[in-house]
Amino acid sequence: MSDTNITSNHNGLLRFTTAGSVDDGKSTLIGRLLYDSKSIFADQLEAVEKASKQKGLEVVDLSLLTDGLRAEREQGITIDVAYRYFATPRRKFIIADTPGHIQYTRNMVTGASTADLAIILIDARHGLLEQTHRHSFIASLLGLRHLVVCVNKMDLVEFDENKYREIVSAYRSFSSRLDITDITFIPISALNGDNVVKASENMPWFGGSTLLHHLENVHVGADRNLQDCRFPIQYVIRPQTDEHRDFRGYAGRIASGVFKPGDKVVALPSGRETTIHSIFSGTEKLTKAFPPLSVTMTLDDDIDLSRGGMLVRPNNQPDITTELDVRICWLDEKPLNLSTRLVIRHTTQEIPAKITSILYRININTLHRDEEDLIVEMNDIARVTIKTASPLLSDSYRNNRTTGAFILVDPSTHATVAAGVIR
Amino acid sequence: MIKTDTYNLDHLSELEAESIFVIREVAAQFDRPSILFSGGKDSIVITHLAAKAFYPARIPMPLVHIDTCHNFPETIEFRDRLIQELGANLIVGSVEKTIEEGRVQEETGMNASRNKLQTTTLIETVEDNKFDACIGGARRDEEKARAKERFFSHRDDFSQWDPKNQRPELWNLFNGMHAPGEHFRVFPLNNWTELDIWNYILKEKINLPSLYFSHERECIKRDGQILAYSDFLKLREGENPQMMRVRFRTLGDLTITGAFESDADTVEKIIDEVAATRITERGGRMDDKRGESAMEDRKKEGYF
Repeated sequence: MSDTNITSNHNGLLRFTTAGSVDDGKSTLIGRLLYDSKSIFADQLEAVEKASKQKGLEVVDLSLLTDGLRAEREQGITIDVAYRYFATPRRKFIIADTPGHIQYTRNMVTGASTADLAIILIDARHGLLEQTHRHSFIASLLGLRHLVVCVNKMDLVEFDENKYREIVSAYRSFSSRLDITDITFIPISALNGDNVVKASENMPWFGGSTLLHHLENVHVGADRNLQDCRFPIQYVIRPQTDEHRDFRGYAGRIASGVFKPGDKVVALPSGRETTIHSIFSGTEKLTKAFPPLSVTMTLDDDIDLSRGGMLVRPNNQPDITTELDVRICWLDEKPLNLSTRLVIRHTTQEIPAKITSILYRININTLHRDEEDLIVEMNDIARVTIKTASPLLSDSYRNNRTTGAFILVDPSTHATVAAGVIR
Repeated sequence: MIKTDTYNLDHLSELEAESIFVIREVAAQFDRPSILFSGGKDSIVITHLAAKAFYPARIPMPLVHIDTCHNFPETIEFRDRLIQELGANLIVGSVEKTIEEGRVQEETGMNASRNKLQTTTLIETVEDNKFDACIGGARRDEEKARAKERFFSHRDDFSQWDPKNQRPELWNLFNGMHAPGEHFRVFPLNNWTELDIWNYILKEKINLPSLYFSHERECIKRDGQILAYSDFLKLREGENPQMMRVRFRTLGDLTITGAFESDADTVEKIIDEVAATRITERGGRMDDKRGESAMEDRKKEGYF
């Protein structure tokens, strides 16, 4: 069996996001991770080398690997979040690579929404910049528990430990205002590979692990909420065949908590109590189910429960409310208009909603609140209140990244106009 | 088997859970969904996941096969057997019929293929059946134009894809809202790589057409590629079919799918081979070699 086989990817899956502009070496870093982990194929590398030469570049431009659309290649910009994949014997990785220039907030929020970890790149020559604050704030807003701050281009500051220490200390004082507990600092040179995959001989003063070693070993399992049982009903399975005449299964993905056959549960919104009879994954019966498994549950009683409903434990229930205090990122080209009727999509619920007030906008570069200028445009982040036509079964995003997140859809254009997190 | 002794899932179980969620979301959000079935390994894995997603019920949507009539006979036999096992409903869109009825012109010349013509038949089949969602087996790692693909990918009234105007997709909240006549292409395998697919096939003991495994067959060598010899292939001067030991890495039409020499006759051996290979999967497909943006252009027109 080969190294890259499933039997040895024992640390599971890690989803991480990177954000930054061309200049800070993000593409080089990703290229380095892909290249050094042997995830770039010969024909891909050949194509990139050819394209770099055509553009008259002296070095291979690894961003050409990720910029897949014609418009991007022509204009030399990245338009959209690109997903890249690589695996080592220890773990499989999904990178959400978000562009630094165009619609950066919208893209960064998208990339961070499914990530466990974010990599923040700081140019050792320049220290903290506005975009450092921006990336860090969005990672914090989207509930990422792990940050890796890579102080890049150490080769251009003679691998100076003091320079590195200054940046670390400046970042620590800034990040005390953020809601992120696990921050790791690594001095690197993405161009030469120092501390990316191999430990650097140029920085013997650094005792920490390389970036790849950290990514392979960072423990994200504890981030999952295994306490609060939430099972949003996605689809009701009724075979109506002779063999399964009375089968009624509730299909969905466990949002949080651990469910077992025999557990007492409450069906929301009806409030009816019943007991879990069986839990299936395909044809297999499970003794317990936990996030992020997709399962089908059968119950002891026939009760009224359908898509949009939720199974929870009697002594631990979500908020059942029509009024929400939220932070949103506006995604639509048309600015927010309070009179627009919207639809909120939250777990498997889809309910008419409207934004009732705008409390303030957040300047994501300075983290200052703006309570005067309340025009919310694309890429803006704002705190608003929302009223829904029927109750939402929700938790705070901080406690639950599934039942605390939502999007707003404009039913007249069908566009996704905002993404939000519940306080 | 899902291991539940710890609360950590291996990455294949996590990918499976995500894909099943996406497939169920399609059944829940759309009135007339379907699964595009090519007979290739990715669409076989999709079908396997769909069967799991709705067990013990049958898959609540038809499988749609766009048949170029240039398929390997093994693919069609495999398709018919699988449909019977699943008790699923099959709809076939025929490229032959589209050509006969004069809506597309057959390509001529040495490298003629029906790959591009499929798009017209596919769009017609979507319109005739009023499908509002078509699940496909494409993956983001296949080709760079696909690295930015959504799970729910919106297609306008003309089945076109607008890469610069895709809906942002956050968390696992999929917005399938659409106007009449529009539809979605949905890609539950977006986050899988070729190696994940093979490892999953091994883990779940999924049956595949024999073409994926090493076998003896008459082939010709052309432009550095090995092509299966068949009645659909016009021989150039000096080309002589010869027996070779080959297998296929993807299954497209007989006319365009490159074979390669291999002794891998089990899933385990294929996994070792794939892990060691230095050429991407689609590197063997003539249709992608028609220019830097070949895939993006076909996708915009409504290709898979």
